[in-house]
Amino acid sequence: MAEYLLLILFAAPLAAVALSFAVRSSRLSEYVTVLAAITDFVVSIPLLISVLGAPVTLAHNYIQIDPLGAWVIVCISIVYTLASIYAIGYMRLLNEDQRLPLFYGLFSGFAFTMLAACVMNNVGVFWIAIELTTLISTFLVGFEREAESTEAAWKYIVVVSGGISLALLGTVLFYWGGSFVLGPSYAMTWAALHQAAPSVYPPLLLVSFLLVLVGYGTKAGLAPMHTWLPDAHSESPAPVSAMLSGALLNASMLGIARFLGVVRGASIDGFAHSAVVGFGIFSFFIASLFIVRQTGIKRLMAYSSVEHIGVQALGLGFGGVFGVAGALYHMLNHSLNKSLMFFGAGNAMRAYGTKDIPGIRRVLKVFPVSGTLWLLGAVGIAGAPPFALFLSEFTILRSGIGGRYRWAVIVFVIFLIVVFIGFLSHFRAMYFDEAVEPDIPRLSGSVWRTLPMWLAFIPLLIFGLWWPHSLWDIFSRISHDLMGGAQ
Amino acid sequence: MFLEHVNPLQASIFSSLAVVSLLLTFVMLGSHWLQNYVYAFAVQSWLIAALSASVGYFAGYPELYVIAVLTALFRGLVLPYLLMRIIGRLNAKRELHAVLQPSSSLVLGALLVMFAFVIANHMNRQSFLAAHVVVMALTIMLSMKFLGFLMLAVRDEAVSQILGLLVLENGIFLGSQILVPGMPLLIEIVILFDLLIVVACFGMLVRFLVVHAGTTSSRQLNRLVG
Repeated sequence: MAEYLLLILFAAPLAAVALSFAVRSSRLSEYVTVLAAITDFVVSIPLLISVLGAPVTLAHNYIQIDPLGAWVIVCISIVYTLASIYAIGYMRLLNEDQRLPLFYGLFSGFAFTMLAACVMNNVGVFWIAIELTTLISTFLVGFEREAESTEAAWKYIVVVSGGISLALLGTVLFYWGGSFVLGPSYAMTWAALHQAAPSVYPPLLLVSFLLVLVGYGTKAGLAPMHTWLPDAHSESPAPVSAMLSGALLNASMLGIARFLGVVRGASIDGFAHSAVVGFGIFSFFIASLFIVRQTGIKRLMAYSSVEHIGVQALGLGFGGVFGVAGALYHMLNHSLNKSLMFFGAGNAMRAYGTKDIPGIRRVLKVFPVSGTLWLLGAVGIAGAPPFALFLSEFTILRSGIGGRYRWAVIVFVIFLIVVFIGFLSHFRAMYFDEAVEPDIPRLSGSVWRTLPMWLAFIPLLIFGLWWPHSLWDIFSRISHDLMGGAQ
Repeated sequence: MFLEHVNPLQASIFSSLAVVSLLLTFVMLGSHWLQNYVYAFAVQSWLIAALSASVGYFAGYPELYVIAVLTALFRGLVLPYLLMRIIGRLNAKRELHAVLQPSSSLVLGALLVMFAFVIANHMNRQSFLAAHVVVMALTIMLSMKFLGFLMLAVRDEAVSQILGLLVLENGIFLGSQILVPGMPLLIEIVILFDLLIVVACFGMLVRFLVVHAGTTSSRQLNRLVG
C-alpha cells in the first residue's frame, strides 16, 4: 500500500516537470502543477496513516517511510498545493509568460527534491537530496532576474553550499565513528548510526553532531547561519518564498530531528539537546531584533521564519512528548500561517509596487477581504489565540518549564512579547495609519490569489480551537520513535 | 579496519599525498592569479585520485579504483575546464581587492592548520594504532575546511568563491579516502556527480551576475542588508 502511494507521490511532481518542459505552454504548466500538488496532498495523508503501524522500507533499505518523514511530507505537500494555486494568480502579474513553463518545471522539481529527502533512509543520500533542493531553488530565487534577486541567489547558493558541506563532513565522521563498531563497510542508515552512537568515542561523536547541526542548521535558517534567508525569501517570487519558508525549512529541520534521534542514549545526548536549544534561543533573539526595526515587508516575514524555526528547534531541544509534539504541530501551523503571510505580502507588493513597509498604507481599502485574512494571519503568526501557533507555542513552553531549560523558557517568553509588539506595530501602521490616502487601482484576477489564503486560514483557525486527537496520537508515536519512549 | 595494520611505507605514501594536497591549498591561498587557483585545484584533485588508488591497492578495496578514475576525470579535468571557461568569459585574471594580503592570509592559514591539529588530536582515541595517520588525515580534512572558508571570506571574485567551496569538498573527499575507504561506492559516485551539477549551476549564476548585477565581485553585492 505505502509503496504505491509513494510512487504516486513522486510521479506526480515529476510528471509536472516533464510536461512543463516538454509542452512549453504556460497555461498547461500552471494547471498541471496544481494538479500534481493536489495529488500529492491527497496521497500524503493515507501515506502517513499507512506507516503508523510500522515504517515501510523499500529499495534495498535506501528508502524508509516512517511517521516522522510522512508528517513532514504532509506539511510540504500542503505548502506545495497552496503555493501552486497562488502562483497562477501571482506569476501572471510578472508579464513573463514565455518563461512560465520554466518556472513551473523548477517549482515542481523543487517540491520533488524536498519530498524525496523526507524518505531517504541513507544519511549520505539524504544529504544529496538536501543539496539538490538548494541547486534547484537557487534558480527560483533568481527568477525575477533583477540585480537584487541575482544577488540573493548568489548569496543563497554560496552560504548554503558552504554550510551544507559541514554537514557532509559531519556525516563522514559519523560513518567513521560507526566503523569502529559495525566494521569498515556498512549501510549508512539512520538506524545503523543510532546503533553505533553509544559506543563511539564521545569527543568524536560530539564534533560530528555539531558539524551536522551547523550544516543542516544553515539550511534550516537557524541563527547565526541564517544570513541567506532574509535575502532569498524577500527577493524570490511570493509563491517561492512560501515554499522556502513553509516547506524547505521543515525538510532541513527533519535532518536535525533525525540526528537528535541518532545520538539518543549516547553520552552526548544531553549536550546535543542543549546545543539545539542554544541555537533556537539565539535565532529567536536575532529575529526579534530584526523584526522590530524592519522596513521590508518580505524581510519581515523572513525574519519571522527565523523566529519560528527557532521555536521548532526549542521544541525538539526540550524534548519529551510535549516538546516533540509541540514542534511537529508548530511545523504544520507555521507552514499554513507563513504561506498565508507571504501570499498577503505578495498581493500588497504587487498592488503598491513597493517592498517597503512605509509605502504600504490603508491595506483594507485596497484589499477588503484578503487584507482582513492577512491581518488575522499576522495576529496568528505573532502567537495570539485563537490561532494554531498559540497552541503549539504554548505546548512547547509547557514542555520546557519543568525541566533543566527553565531559563530558556523565560527568555523565550520575553522574546515572544517583543516579537508580538514589533510585528503587529508594523501591521498597525500598514492598516490603520490615517496619514496617507492611497490611490491604488485594484488588482484583477484575484480569485487565484485569495483562494489559497482562505485555504490556509480556515485550518489555522480550526487547529487553533481544536487539536485533533488523532494528530496527538501521531505525535506521541513519533516522539516515541525519536526519544525512545522515555519521559 | 585497515588503518590498524598499516605499515610504515603505506603510511608515508598516504601522508605525503595528503600533505602535498594541503600545500597546494596554500598555493591557492598565496596567489592572486585566478588561473593559478585552477591549476592548483587540478593537481590537488589528481593527488586525491592517486590517494584513492593507493588506498584501494593497499587496503584491498578494488572499487576505489573506480573512484580514483572518476575523481581524476571530473575533479582533475572537467571541473578545471569549466572553471577556465568561466574565467575566460569573465575577463577577470586576478583578484583586485584582497581583504587580506597573500602573506597575511598564509600566516592565518598556518594558524588555522594548528587549530585543526588540536581538534584532530582530541577527536582521536589515544590508544588507537597508527594514530599518526589518523590524526594527520583528520588534521588535513579539518584544515582544508578552514582554509576553504578562509578563501570564501577574504576573496571577492565569483570564481574564487566557487574554488573555495570546491576546496571544502576536496578536504572531505581526501579525508574520507583514508578514514572510511569502505564507505559505500554509490554515495561517493553520487557526490562526484553532484559536484559537477554544482559547478554547472555556478557557471550559469555567474552569467546572471554579469548580466543583471553588473559585477562578479561579492564586494559589490551589497544591496540586500538588514
